[in-house]
Amino acid sequence: MSDFRYAVNVLPKPGILDPQGRAVELSLPHLNITTVSRVRVGRRVELTVTADSEAAALALVDGLAKELLSNPLIEAYAIELLEATSSAVSWAAGATQP
Amino acid sequence: MGGGGDAAVRIGVVVFPDSNSDVDALNALAVAGVEPVRLWHESPDLNGVSAVILPGGFAYGDYLRAGVIARFSPVMRGVSAFAAEGGLVLGICNGFQVLAESRLVPGALLRNRSLRFACKLVDIKPERLDSPFTRAATGKPLHIPIAHGEGCYYADEATLDELEANGQVLFRYVRSDGAPALDPDEPANPNGSLRAIAGVCNAAGNVAGLMPHPERMSETILGSDDGMQLIRSLVISAAERDAARGPAIVGGTR
Repeated sequence: MSDFRYAVNVLPKPGILDPQGRAVELSLPHLNITTVSRVRVGRRVELTVTADSEAAALALVDGLAKELLSNPLIEAYAIELLEATSSAVSWAAGATQP
Repeated sequence: MGGGGDAAVRIGVVVFPDSNSDVDALNALAVAGVEPVRLWHESPDLNGVSAVILPGGFAYGDYLRAGVIARFSPVMRGVSAFAAEGGLVLGICNGFQVLAESRLVPGALLRNRSLRFACKLVDIKPERLDSPFTRAATGKPLHIPIAHGEGCYYADEATLDELEANGQVLFRYVRSDGAPALDPDEPANPNGSLRAIAGVCNAAGNVAGLMPHPERMSETILGSDDGMQLIRSLVISAAERDAARGPAIVGGTR
């Protein structure tokens, strides 16, 4: 068994009103920024999966992203593999997390 | 029996961690003259109730998305099975969010367009008076409170059209003249809900959710008893369903 560290990035789907993104965008003129647009605010979830293979770990994360971490009606998600570590090394001891 | 209800009818109110309108719901049921039953979130056993209310609050802290963690609680296994066999389920505010996340009613509740928590009185109008949840309503707008941060009803256009065609839109936010507040930015539409939708039901019509709080307007001492029109509707429908199923076998403690 190995540990796989993932990030799941969840964003409102295109076309879904994102009032948080809009609020951030509306604040930009106060910073004299005029070259930034299409701000979307979402959520990032990081997690570690213990599994036999990367394929198995990814399948589990994908299911979790669909079922719990995002609402497919309104949100899209993307999964990012952060790193694979041997189960002999605990994540906490890794200390390489950005 | 003050509400003319049937004391043999027992209606459950689910209590999640951070439910806060459960007491109001239990009180409204007592006012309606039926036996309120608290249902704890850790058990899937609904204790033989005739209908279930999922109350307002912030179940499980509303972490991740409002209602989603509650979806996976043991009691929701019981509620889903109950709903699947035609049992009446009413979700109020956070309860509506739980039903939507559980996909027991269509659509999703997004962050209010204003980004503000909206806590005020609104007017909503029942779209139909022949549903189990509105049958005792007068058809005039109800003046009842809302208190939510994520109440902006959303479904894609095709789904919205389907809901309207099937009569699944149960309530809309209306202006003082009774016209639906269709512009998501107008004040009478408190959260930006599409097509001014304040409440919907599933295709079978036995599971409904709405953002406003009828149970908080259950007695005139609270300012109005407008909300009792909906609570009484639920009570009548639950009693009718009980009667249709025949006399319950009880151990004498009822």
